[in-house]
Amino acid sequence: MADLNKLTLADARDALKKGETTSVELTEACLKAIDAADALNAFVHKTPEIAMERARAADARLAEGDAPAMCGLPIGIKDLFCTRGVPSQAASGILEGFRPEYESTVSQNLIDAGAVMLGKLNMDEFAMGSSNETSVYGNAVNPWRRGNDEAALTPGGSSGGSASAVAADLCLAATGTDTGGSIRQPAAFTGIVGIKPTYGRCSRWGIIAFASSLDQAGPMTKTVRDAAIMLEAMCSSDAKDSTSTDLPVPNFEALLTGDIRGKKIGIPREYRIDGTPEEIEKIWSDGAAMLKDAGAEIVDISLPHTKYALPAYYVIAPAEASSNLARYDGVRYGHRAKLAQGDGITEMYEKTRAEGFGDEVQRRVMIGTYVLSAGFYDAYYNRARKVRTLIKKDFEDAFAQGVDAILTPATPSSAFGLGEMAEADPVQMYLNDVFTVTVNLAGLPGISVPAGLDKQGLPLGLQLIGKPWDEGDLLNIAASLEKSAGFVAKPAQWW
Amino acid sequence: MSIDENTAARVAKLARIKVEDDALPALAADFNRILGFIEQLNEVDVEGVEPMTSVTPMRLKRREDQVTDGHQQAQVLANAPDAREGFFAVPKVVE
Repeated sequence: MADLNKLTLADARDALKKGETTSVELTEACLKAIDAADALNAFVHKTPEIAMERARAADARLAEGDAPAMCGLPIGIKDLFCTRGVPSQAASGILEGFRPEYESTVSQNLIDAGAVMLGKLNMDEFAMGSSNETSVYGNAVNPWRRGNDEAALTPGGSSGGSASAVAADLCLAATGTDTGGSIRQPAAFTGIVGIKPTYGRCSRWGIIAFASSLDQAGPMTKTVRDAAIMLEAMCSSDAKDSTSTDLPVPNFEALLTGDIRGKKIGIPREYRIDGTPEEIEKIWSDGAAMLKDAGAEIVDISLPHTKYALPAYYVIAPAEASSNLARYDGVRYGHRAKLAQGDGITEMYEKTRAEGFGDEVQRRVMIGTYVLSAGFYDAYYNRARKVRTLIKKDFEDAFAQGVDAILTPATPSSAFGLGEMAEADPVQMYLNDVFTVTVNLAGLPGISVPAGLDKQGLPLGLQLIGKPWDEGDLLNIAASLEKSAGFVAKPAQWW
Repeated sequence: MSIDENTAARVAKLARIKVEDDALPALAADFNRILGFIEQLNEVDVEGVEPMTSVTPMRLKRREDQVTDGHQQAQVLANAPDAREGFFAVPKVVE
């Protein structure tokens, strides 16, 4: 079979079961593609020995007829996941040299499902960023370009390496994590599918923490069917994460019936934002028309507190980050600064954190410290948590009216150039998450589906937001949208 | 609410991040832009609204209070920048 690295998870799985190829062949094809794609800077720690060992083990299981759901399928893992014995540093200098003695629950679930890890993927430092430009490894690069323009574009962030790797067929799929849009925005920028499940679906244990009340892992894949397959493998109830749900994990793939007749799809009027490009408005209304043609009912809804989601997020996420990142003190793991004569422990903390954290991480830790400090806790942090309650209630009210899912654009623009935002103030970069961040604040599942190309030839995505714990229904609606949109474009290979 | 350089220096100290004096004006300016953006929250009527403590209505799980793990000193210390005689080593803390 030709171009094995370009297969979807579903097609590769079926080919393996029929004996048309082997996991070793699939894995070798991906490793070759990875080695030829250093210009994308997507894989930052390659693990070919681990990959080949797991591929051979998978082939043995396939031969015995004992193949679990993702047996032999080669994937990439975001650097935020702790993987035993393999560098896991959240793209931060402060975790330089850290090799965990343990495996995150999600990556262990994938190992148990037979998946083959090819290596670790680039990302924004501690998942803080929307362009992959805050990484200690340097920028990940989008395989898509504006026509013949050679300017390097961002793959989005924070899961930029994951998005770039899947879009460029370096792996069949990848893990991502999403705190404010970090799966869905990069998926939209690279023409792939990304789902953030309901908060609590995937265990957070062993995923380096950013904002614990918002962080969720999810798959980044070439198709909605692949997202269903991989999400099921990633989810589990986990005693090591007290916020992980005990609800059974459905067979999501079996729920892809293609029938969405009678589904009620909400179009939130507050997501029409001044300055959104006309092309995005158009793709949004085209998406609604496609769902309507497939038998869904389109209704206008209101989510009145939408405007306050980003400011609430930029209180809550930095507050939680300042607490979570307090553990990087130069004592137990990672970087420790060289000390001068007479320096004590306070100087060690301060120098270690100044050297180890990049600018954006330092900024967010300090903002978080400020909003939690005496005298400001009520004015900022408690107020933001109250607004969060109202944002969640907006969605509950919409679902109570019978809405099954909500359709919105995934991002306010297509991929922008690396370095283009360098002079902008931090708030400009934060606006990238305007359509996605509400979903994290409300704990809901959200999926980005590629829907078309803009006039520069870059992918645009649409977001569907589902009811809590109803990823099955959400994936089914997304599959219908995917089928109608018929997005098949791939980036021309220049790397 | 405007953040001056003294406040920026105090926050950096609280966060245990060393910021050189000449970097304080730019840091204070960044804080002011971000906090200016956050100020929008003051427009929202939050009278009588409970602050969110858990995004999913769930009771945190409980477990038996018993030892489930341990005796992993070597693994715990394996990534330490400085470990000696089975302990983490740090500069002198108490005079």
